[in-house]
Amino acid sequence: MTTNRRDFLKIAGVSALTLMTPTILRPSWAKEKMITPVSALTAKRWAMTIDASKCSNDCTDCITACHAVHNVPNFGNPKDDVKWIWTEPFASVFPAEDHAYSGQTLQKMKIPVFCNHCANPPCVRVCPTKATFKRPDGIVMMDYHRCIGCRLCMAACPYGARSMNYRDPRPFIAKINLDFPTRTKGVVEKCNFCEERLAKEQLPACVLACKQKAIVFGDIDDPQSDIRKLIEKRFNLRRRAHLGTVPQIYYIL
Amino acid sequence: MKKGKWGLIILGLGIFVVGVTFPVWYGTIKSTPAPVLSLDTPVINSMQNKKCVEDTAFMRGNHMKMLDVWRDEVVRKGQRKYTAKDGRKYEKSLTGTCIQCHSNKEQFCDRCHNYVGAKPTCFSCHVVPGEVKK
Repeated sequence: MTTNRRDFLKIAGVSALTLMTPTILRPSWAKEKMITPVSALTAKRWAMTIDASKCSNDCTDCITACHAVHNVPNFGNPKDDVKWIWTEPFASVFPAEDHAYSGQTLQKMKIPVFCNHCANPPCVRVCPTKATFKRPDGIVMMDYHRCIGCRLCMAACPYGARSMNYRDPRPFIAKINLDFPTRTKGVVEKCNFCEERLAKEQLPACVLACKQKAIVFGDIDDPQSDIRKLIEKRFNLRRRAHLGTVPQIYYIL
Repeated sequence: MKKGKWGLIILGLGIFVVGVTFPVWYGTIKSTPAPVLSLDTPVINSMQNKKCVEDTAFMRGNHMKMLDVWRDEVVRKGQRKYTAKDGRKYEKSLTGTCIQCHSNKEQFCDRCHNYVGAKPTCFSCHVVPGEVKK
């Protein structure tokens, strides 16, 4: 049997069309699933609110707790800094809202900043190995096994929420927490909304560490949740929301 | 003159063949004794029924594949529980499960990895309690 050009093109065209099957049919086995243990905190959409007016300038409770739980190294050198939570002045957190006449309280404020776990995360879009991915419950997660250290995510993140390990972090960790792995040289890391604690029915470390109860964490998709009620009641801001990243950390000032 | 040229070629070929097959015959002549893996750890000694997650033969041949599957399932799918073939349940965790029993990494993991020349990068992030970095 010989194939002529016409038949060949027909077969090639039909074959190419079959590539569209998953998008048209959307079979249930092709959908992304999360299997969470029964004893885990679950949500449709995790989010966080920060009441920065409750934060005092010299308090670092949330940072200390987070960095201890997640084995975040302290290189003692701002150039190599690895940070999951850190503080920024109002003018850097909300550059569009700052002006020459903002009050002293605002200008002096040190606001804790995190990965915003965006609903439309640019870091996920640029990651060439899918090491960064968004879970169905909204957590933007890192799979350190896959990270090749290309730092495209660092360039893409408008919040500077990602840090690169330029050196082996192990010698710079004060006390290693055995419940969480360390990172290695050449991977990028960031806040993971304590997904490993949520799986064990524990709230994020920063939420529990804050004595002022400035951080509220919960399911923003649930109209009955504390976080949802708080957001509906109090005016809040999100960092650089005009960029379209749909950040999920809400600031009450 | 011509004879000398052929001699050189054959000599060169001979050296080449010896060089290329070196690992094969060097391995047969010089036999390294198989590693002796130590199961002498406090947790294993205190166990009534000394059983790993799966049977020994399976673990010996497939632990690396199993750990690979575990890490993807935990990180990417959030499945943290492993049910063994005989129904026992385990947490999918290198530090939390494997190293709890095999706490003697140097006498267990490393001996075999060194023997076969495997260089797993697991332990550059996953912590072995009490391990001192050399």
